[in-house]
Amino acid sequence: MAHILSFVTFWPLVGAIPMIFLMRGDGPDERINAKRLALFITTTTFLASIVVINGFDPADTGFQFVEEREWLGVLAYRMGVDGVSVLFVMLTTFLMPLVILASWKVEHRVREYMASFLILETLMIGVFCSLDLILFYLFFEGGLIPMFLIIGIWGGKERVKAAFFFFLYTLLGSVLMLIAMIAMYWDAGTTSIPDLLNHQFRYETIELLGWQVIGGAQTLMWLAFFASFAVKMPMWPVHTWLPKAHVEAPTAGSVVLAAILLKMGGYGFLRFSLPMFPVASEILSGFVFTLSVVAIIYTSLVALMQEDMKKLIAYSSVAHMGFVTMGIFAANQQGVDGAIFQMISHGFISGALFLCVGVIYDRMHTRQIADYGGLVNRMPIYALVFMLFTMGNVGLPGTSGFVGEFLTLAGVFQVNTWVAFFAATGVILSAAYALWLYRRVVFGELVNESLRAIADMDRREKAVFAPLIAGTLILGVYPNLILDLMGPSVTALVQGYETALAEAARVADVVVAQK
Amino acid sequence: MTVADLTIAFPEFVLALSAMALLMFGVFAKRNADGSLILYLSAGILAVLGVSEIVSFSGWRMAFNGLFVVDAFASFAKSVVLLGSASTLLLAREYLMRHKLMSYEFPVLILLATLGMLIMVSAGDLMTLYMGVELQSLALYVVASFRRDSKRSTEAGLKYFVLGAISSGLLLYGASLIYGYTGTTRFSGISAVIYADGVSMGLTFGLVFLCAGLAFKISAAPFHMWTPDVYDGAPMPVTAFLATAPKAAAGALFARVLFDGFGEAVETWRQILVFVSIASMFLGAIAAIGQTNIKRLVAYSSIGHMGFALVGLAAGSEPGAQALLIYLAIYVTMNVGVFAFLNCVERGGRPATKISDLSGLASTHPNIAVCMAALFLSLAGVPPLVGFFGKYFVFVAAVEAGLIWLAIAGAIASVIGAFYYLRVVKVMYFDAATDALDVRLPLSHRLALGGAAAIMSFAWLPFINGFGLVEAAEAAAAALLG
Repeated sequence: MAHILSFVTFWPLVGAIPMIFLMRGDGPDERINAKRLALFITTTTFLASIVVINGFDPADTGFQFVEEREWLGVLAYRMGVDGVSVLFVMLTTFLMPLVILASWKVEHRVREYMASFLILETLMIGVFCSLDLILFYLFFEGGLIPMFLIIGIWGGKERVKAAFFFFLYTLLGSVLMLIAMIAMYWDAGTTSIPDLLNHQFRYETIELLGWQVIGGAQTLMWLAFFASFAVKMPMWPVHTWLPKAHVEAPTAGSVVLAAILLKMGGYGFLRFSLPMFPVASEILSGFVFTLSVVAIIYTSLVALMQEDMKKLIAYSSVAHMGFVTMGIFAANQQGVDGAIFQMISHGFISGALFLCVGVIYDRMHTRQIADYGGLVNRMPIYALVFMLFTMGNVGLPGTSGFVGEFLTLAGVFQVNTWVAFFAATGVILSAAYALWLYRRVVFGELVNESLRAIADMDRREKAVFAPLIAGTLILGVYPNLILDLMGPSVTALVQGYETALAEAARVADVVVAQK
Repeated sequence: MTVADLTIAFPEFVLALSAMALLMFGVFAKRNADGSLILYLSAGILAVLGVSEIVSFSGWRMAFNGLFVVDAFASFAKSVVLLGSASTLLLAREYLMRHKLMSYEFPVLILLATLGMLIMVSAGDLMTLYMGVELQSLALYVVASFRRDSKRSTEAGLKYFVLGAISSGLLLYGASLIYGYTGTTRFSGISAVIYADGVSMGLTFGLVFLCAGLAFKISAAPFHMWTPDVYDGAPMPVTAFLATAPKAAAGALFARVLFDGFGEAVETWRQILVFVSIASMFLGAIAAIGQTNIKRLVAYSSIGHMGFALVGLAAGSEPGAQALLIYLAIYVTMNVGVFAFLNCVERGGRPATKISDLSGLASTHPNIAVCMAALFLSLAGVPPLVGFFGKYFVFVAAVEAGLIWLAIAGAIASVIGAFYYLRVVKVMYFDAATDALDVRLPLSHRLALGGAAAIMSFAWLPFINGFGLVEAAEAAAAALLG
């Protein structure tokens, strides 16, 4: 039991190695075997992660299941979860079997496909479990490699361009974070995240190339981390890689990208920016609010105009992530609770929406909205499922989408009313684009002749959607299921943040008094 | 010269004697027409010496009145050099056989070059330094033009020779200035003079010339011009050799001179190294983008990598020297893997040197493609592959020395550089397979390729812990600066 987190993290990698090197051939038998092995591995990973959440004590705000050992001289291999990260681990392990199941129809280089997803799972779980800066960076960046291959090999027409765009864009954001991490190590003498959470970084104003940098070292490091997380999130105006990547990626790749990879940015803000650089976060929160509001309104408007279903959902993701950043930097219990909730809920809903697109794309091989219409006549079950997730995306009460949006708005309202006001318009806009999409695809006359023979969802597809539907509804009516899990950790985070700010204000007062 | 001196320089003597003995054997033993036996013997000797450098090390020792120094630093560098030479030599055989170039002179020349490198890393004096550099270079000039009937190969050898001679001239001129202003050629003596009198203008001049000469040897910008042409023109196994052991030896020698001889003048040489490393990193990254020939790509890649390695040296500290050694060791391992593959790919009976020749490798040879992708991504420094750790340690050293902006420049250069490594992966994985690429890898090449790829992919895992490389480099750096 002592190494359960390492097991959950590396078990998918263990499954990927024989898939690459030992399995031979590309016949139908080999393909089905690769799929079955991948499903088995991801399912067992999920079962193992249930052991983690079962043994997790929500009242303890520290890190649990901690593992620690010497690693490469000065570094240390540290793993552990708290109330925030354990949720993301669960989200990842829960979605991966569904992703594999949703890819059952893939017939092109199946072994490599499944192996890429398994390696990706290891790297994603590692991000949420690592308690060492460099270990975190390793997993955080490592995820680019399998995703690069997934987009580039199994993607659409413009896949190569999209893959390069995705890789280099995110890499550029991240190397600045690496330098900031090294600077943190230099300043604090450790790369251990629990120790760094207790370390106070300097925030005295410094002068750099003739500019006064308020918040000093904290601001510089905050900005370096921001460069990485904002790209990953993605926030306006560095979101431009996302629609490209989403449109070109295969369905399963889009699901993983939207449901899990985007959450790494939000998780990073919660793990690093807010608790480690509180003064800088306070100084720059207005900046983040502005970007978030622009993201919510602007990308919603852009979404309205999309002709491509995947692009529309991609832009709606950017808008929803705007709520998350807004909630995080409101830095109070409701805001942070809401942001985390929104991330988990968005994992279900956006993942499911991409799967919905995948269902009809598999049949018709087009993503253009104009090619569809009147699907309800031929696919009643599909219409129902799609409606449920459209409603979730709109944020209808009763679905998990509502809770996240409401909490983040409540949180930010206490800090800045105007931000809450403008962000709330995003809720209306999201109803507009989501319902309009639904109307154009599902309702209306069945005009396109080739749609007459389209079949409704089969058993496998229903099996993929069932857990997602259950998750969306359960979290919608009983949000305490996860709010209770993360509550104490979030409270500790918010309190630590406020204490640090109060201390900074006290020191500033003393300095003024002395003068 | 006493017997004690001989035992200290034992590996060098073994190499010198066996090179001569094997040469004699090659000349007189008619049965051994193709030279395979000599190649195997040479590689065996190199490998045994390399392993013995790792396992049997006995503290700091000095021979020939301080001309020759053996310490943990030399030992580390020697094991990298010897093992790098041994593996590139072994991997050369297949190519030489296929292209009818196999003759006994090749392994003997490699032995002599390696001997020069060992002398370089153990140098305790400017004279020893020059002797080692020249022995290495002369042997390399010859192997670069080993394919006598090829215009390009002879051109490569000639270019290398002419430019190498100029750089040797610079080196000698610098050494004479240093001698003139300090009155000694011994590193310890130079260090003592600088400690007592500070750095005079003439000494700075000498230092600049010395650095220019050494920068030429490790192909750092702006002294890199020979690299792409020589790499391109030389036969593939020679390119493999040039890209591995000599780089490690010259890097270690650079550190040896600057720390042992000019340790008191860090501020003076740091400026030179900062400039050289930034120039190399960006030149390597940007110039490689337009390349279509894989050998030229590797050449620019090695220029870039030397830039990163020199960032560690520019830090001028113990962690910096440690980072330099780690970087060199990782770099050599990656290149051995890459060339294990490149030595054996052909198209229509000629070595395949275009990047586009590799297109669709992932569908025709999936296992080889996975290994190559791992190596190229590792060269790009993408985590979690081990190549990333090389860059990480270098950046840490730079930040600790207060050179944050140098680390930032390096980080940006590594993103630019990632583009062309990714392009190779793209060609292998995303493009459709073309016909007639002949990939026949003998077992030894498969092992080297797979081994290097496995090390790059998994050596960072906590229970492997990088095979203790970090700790060994730490001890070596401590010996150099202690």
